[in-house]
Amino acid sequence: MKIPDVSEKYQGRIGEVSLEGGYAAGGADGMPFLSFENSSKRRVMIAGEVIDDISEYPELAASMFSSRQNDPVEWAMMWKEIGADMICLRLKGIDPDKGKRTPKDAAKLVKKIADSVKIPVIVYGCGTPSADNEAMSEISALVKDTRLILAKADEDEYRTISSAAMAGRHVIIAFSNLDVNLAKQMNIILTDFGMTVNDILMDPLMAPLGMGLDYSYSVNERIRLAALSGDKMLQIPMICDATGAWDVGDAIIDDEHLGNVTSRVTWWETMTAMAAIVSGADIVIMRNPGAADMIMGYANELRGD
Amino acid sequence: MPTAIEFFKLLPKTNCKDCGQPTCLAFAMLLANQKAKIDDCPHVSQSSKDALEASAAPPVRTVTIGTGKEIRMGGETVLYRHERRFINPIAYALTVSDTCNVTERIGEIKKLSFERVGTVYDIDAVSVRCDSRDPKRFADAVDSAMKIWDRPLILECVPEIIEEALIIASSRRPLIYCADKDNIDIMAALAKKYSCPLAVRDADIEVLADLAERAKELGVNDIVLDTAASNLKECIERHTVVRRCAVKKKFRPFGHPIMDRVGSGEYAIAMAAMSTMKYGSLVILDDLKNYEALPLFTLRQNIYTDPQVPIQVKQGLYPIGGPSEHSPIFFTTNFSLTYFTVRADIERSKMPVWLQIVDTEGLSVLTAYSAGKFTAEHVADALNESNVLSMSDGPVVIPGLVARMSAKLRDLLNRNVVVGTTESRDIPKFLRDLK
Repeated sequence: MKIPDVSEKYQGRIGEVSLEGGYAAGGADGMPFLSFENSSKRRVMIAGEVIDDISEYPELAASMFSSRQNDPVEWAMMWKEIGADMICLRLKGIDPDKGKRTPKDAAKLVKKIADSVKIPVIVYGCGTPSADNEAMSEISALVKDTRLILAKADEDEYRTISSAAMAGRHVIIAFSNLDVNLAKQMNIILTDFGMTVNDILMDPLMAPLGMGLDYSYSVNERIRLAALSGDKMLQIPMICDATGAWDVGDAIIDDEHLGNVTSRVTWWETMTAMAAIVSGADIVIMRNPGAADMIMGYANELRGD
Repeated sequence: MPTAIEFFKLLPKTNCKDCGQPTCLAFAMLLANQKAKIDDCPHVSQSSKDALEASAAPPVRTVTIGTGKEIRMGGETVLYRHERRFINPIAYALTVSDTCNVTERIGEIKKLSFERVGTVYDIDAVSVRCDSRDPKRFADAVDSAMKIWDRPLILECVPEIIEEALIIASSRRPLIYCADKDNIDIMAALAKKYSCPLAVRDADIEVLADLAERAKELGVNDIVLDTAASNLKECIERHTVVRRCAVKKKFRPFGHPIMDRVGSGEYAIAMAAMSTMKYGSLVILDDLKNYEALPLFTLRQNIYTDPQVPIQVKQGLYPIGGPSEHSPIFFTTNFSLTYFTVRADIERSKMPVWLQIVDTEGLSVLTAYSAGKFTAEHVADALNESNVLSMSDGPVVIPGLVARMSAKLRDLLNRNVVVGTTESRDIPKFLRDLK
């Protein structure tokens, strides 16, 4: 029996953001992984998390990197060997309360990593605006010939980081808090400030499995549907952070009845990432190499041939 | 679902108010939003009722397996959960081979049970599979299963062997798995004879539609569709085509719940997760470890929450773990995520706590504080309203993120105030140290 044609003809498509090393993110013109309505077959990209100060990093995660997590450059190289498409570096050490790394030293570290891995590098600050702003300026001043992804611009703090991005032709991550309109608003703020849409990735906040994933899943879907229906200010590739899975009690608590904790947190992160890519993420940040390996395999397969 | 105008056309249009609404149009709007039932109108004609029933039939039929503790599958009306909600959560079934010790195996399956934020998660059904190719042995296995398993059953078997088991189990309304293009007529006849739901399976989606149609012609209404997806790509694409056909095109052969049979191992779990997100109503797994089950059950819970229910909990006092007159008093905002997180972390500490929820219009701690909706005054009012301060002389614990309100709150309450943790997950340690 003939069945009806149900492929959607969308008005809009997601823009493309070119990244270091000839990579590009975005470009979808249909809902995720439906080859009957997507003309492009770009694979979801996986970013492996590297932190310059692991004093607050979970020991269980650290144990998965055979001591290479002690040197951020080595750690980044290990992610590349595993098959990650990108590195996500978090500069926790520049937190003034810790005083472990000056913004100038942080910039040197970023350059060293970028020069070593030669794949796209996302750079997050420590969360303290003054330190982050200073670091982003230093990074932009030092790293000239590599296109980085600077994170993150939010409603309160976007001027310095945007200026740093524009000065160095870097990409920026626009962060918003679980809301379609806020996500759009943030993109408008950045373009009004002078950024072009081809230099923006948006992070609508991926809440992990069991801690609000339902909200994120629907916000992502609504963002993607609105973008495909023609809303230009949402036609921006989406990046989701799956490492929040490690903050969920049920994922990491030692409890025999709940089963092996390494396997459990691996699934927790994998399913968070699966929900992210099924709802529209173009890039996913991963912590656990096992989960990253699984999601890379699934993303490859979902891309189709 | 018909629109308000479509409902309105079928009503008497007398504005008699007997339904409790001021006008027929107001009543029609409630009907369209599923806030009223057509029977609330005492004057509506039978022909209108019939017409409504036909047009109000959901695009996906609701199929049940089992009796009493049944699984409800399908009944879905939308493609995306934000459009309304997904109705009947996907069921997970585990295989029990008729060549194994059925009692022992089901005993193991029953152990896969967890409690998470107040809900018990466990396996919904067992699928007794005929590996012996022996009708007597299969029937015996089904019989043994029924003795210790009072929830839904699936019978996985070929038509030449299944009937003996059906005679024993048909009163429990098991799902017959499955009919294919070689045996559709005989399987459909069995499903009809024993009034059981029937699964039809084919990897070719057009053949699948033929099978569903044929089963219907032979008198089987309760049909479940297996697209024979063997990988994630086939799973998301075939499920999407089937469900879009049903919801957008009202294509009746696909107006049935969707299921998958995924085997065992890591990949099976990924398939189950994909099916959970993308329109599956039933997944049969051969194996499921506890560390796989908890995230899978949690994913299902997340996907099937109602997105229209406000993401807030009610302001009030929530006692956790039987708190006493000396237990500490925590407070936080009424954003449901905040509440669930804090509650779960307090529960994890296994220590009794009074948890006061303050109405911040669903904002989280920092946002609410910045917006002036979570001030020391708001907190003091909430604590006074619930009277918790006279029930316990324990310390009032301030969320670490709003430590700034501690002096003010101490003045307002005239009570020992302690600054708690910035991260909810550190609460258990904090409570241990508090002792």
